[in-house]
Amino acid sequence: MQRTRGTYMLILTLTAGLLVFSFVTSAGDLGSFGTTLLSGLFLGALYFLVASGLSIIFGLMDILNFAQGAYFMIGAYVTYSLFHMDALKGIDVNLRFPLGVLAGTIIGGLLGAVLERGLLRPLYARPIFQLVLTFGVAIVFGEALKAIWGTEGYGWSTVTSFGIHQSQFEIFGRQFGSYRLFVVAVGVALIVLIGLLLQRTRIGIIIRAGVEDSEMVEALGINVRAVFTMVFTLGCAVAAFGGAIAAPFLGANLGMGNAFLLPAIAVVVLGGLGSYMGTAVGSFMVGLAVAVVARFASEFLNQTVWASITPMLLLILILLLRPSGLFGKESR
Amino acid sequence: MADANNVLEVQEIHTFIGQFHILEGVTVTVSRGSITVLLGRNGAGKTTTLKSIMGLTPPSQGSIVLEGQSLMGRRSFTIAQMGVGYVPEHRAIFRDLTVRENLAIVQRKRDDLERRADFIFGLFPDLKRFYNLPGGNLSGGQQQMLAVARALVPENRLLLIDEPSEGLAPVIIESLIEAIRRLSAQTTVLLVEQNFRVASILADRYVIIDDGRSVVSGQMQDLVQDEALVQRYLGVA
Ligand SMILES: Nc1ncnc2c1ncn2[C@@H]1O[C@H](COP(=O)(O)OP(=O)(O)O)[C@@H](O)[C@H]1O
Ligand SMILES: [Mg+2]
Repeated sequence: MQRTRGTYMLILTLTAGLLVFSFVTSAGDLGSFGTTLLSGLFLGALYFLVASGLSIIFGLMDILNFAQGAYFMIGAYVTYSLFHMDALKGIDVNLRFPLGVLAGTIIGGLLGAVLERGLLRPLYARPIFQLVLTFGVAIVFGEALKAIWGTEGYGWSTVTSFGIHQSQFEIFGRQFGSYRLFVVAVGVALIVLIGLLLQRTRIGIIIRAGVEDSEMVEALGINVRAVFTMVFTLGCAVAAFGGAIAAPFLGANLGMGNAFLLPAIAVVVLGGLGSYMGTAVGSFMVGLAVAVVARFASEFLNQTVWASITPMLLLILILLLRPSGLFGKESR
Repeated sequence: MADANNVLEVQEIHTFIGQFHILEGVTVTVSRGSITVLLGRNGAGKTTTLKSIMGLTPPSQGSIVLEGQSLMGRRSFTIAQMGVGYVPEHRAIFRDLTVRENLAIVQRKRDDLERRADFIFGLFPDLKRFYNLPGGNLSGGQQQMLAVARALVPENRLLLIDEPSEGLAPVIIESLIEAIRRLSAQTTVLLVEQNFRVASILADRYVIIDDGRSVVSGQMQDLVQDEALVQRYLGVA
């Protein structure tokens, strides 16, 4: 109890600190402050979509899936190219986008199933091999994307885009893209949905039990390998979904995999390994920190590198205060 | 050799863990309705014998037959589904799951838990009181009861119970003895028990394992009389 309260105090203090810092340095420009805040929530939602799979897969299967960022890219590329494909231009933009997202998600999930079944399954007794393997797969996927779509990144113009992507709303006399708010809402919806899946369904009970002791789950009559395949597939599909819904804002490029994988790894560790709550809260903390630092650094320091190392700095800070992460078990 | 009266027949199994040859010929038969106890010093191979039956450390040689069906080469979850309940040592319950979830996870049919609830809570009333509490919040004795209860949710043909009395207070051990005695009226039991007194109260038959081999077996009441044998393999009495 004591410990939990301390954890919430720490979260509140850090979050409030970031907000106050951002507010003060924006020198009363509420529009600029609002943009930073929205950008932080937007990044947080996307970090969550990559980190949730990473976290659950790690908890259950003890695999740190370095290919998770590649699945994010695959989702973005597939959605981008289906939306902009000449052959599909006959389909209404407001339908073409969700179809692209669906396709990107499904392809990500299928490739996840193939990776788990074909490559990881023979290596369950060898965790180090698996780690190296997912790293290799990430590189192979990156090269494959390069071979198919070239090295130039793609930007997604709002001019010919679908409804929410074009629409804007105004606060503090400044225009904000509604799409970013939509991504935040989708991220929050997924946090709730996956949370309900874990807490309220039979498969959720099995996953949580497997995070504690998968051998025991098997000995109780549950086909744990089948659960592994399902969870891995879902984790990759959610990451691909993240890339798919990020594409209208970020486009599709070869850097986005690592740009989201590394913060997601920081999220999973600082949230506390194996803790879903930690991953959800950690995602938004890292998102907010990155947005705050990015704005500050670009305005005052003329240096963009600070934003990319922010997740790791936050990770170090939190691990110094809480060696097992925000919601991690002491023993881990 | 195949006896319809035996629920389990383990013949001359050999088990390796990594490159270590842990079991070098273990033979155990468990007759229907009995409680058979595996005895032997620490590190003799009792837990490994149970894990080998369960398919968690699959034997490389020998045979394991459950009511006429071979268990060799089968995955652990299949063995469980065939009717073998496993209560591991050190009370390996799921600490983050509630008591209800710890029991529900083992259901094979939707209404298993509902159907067995009266029996289970009759044996272990505490579990009903703490139904929605995380397993990790229970006392050691209650966790052990939960581990046993978990194996009772589906209708199993055989229960493997590993050192249930380990580290428990005497009064808790008494109620556990009573519970195991009552549940054995329904299910055949293969028990590992270091506490010789507990073993002698509960078991009908014994098998002594020493250094990875089964060395002697017989009626428990005969062993209790045989101080020399007990002294030689168990170093107690
Ligand atoms: N994972 C393992 N790796 C290596 N040796 C093991 C492992 N598990 C058990 N052993 C060894 O196997 C022997 C039998 O262990 P175990 O079956 O647990 O004994 P018991 O339950 O009779 O105390 C011991 O010598 C133990 O050290
Ligand atoms: Mg043991």
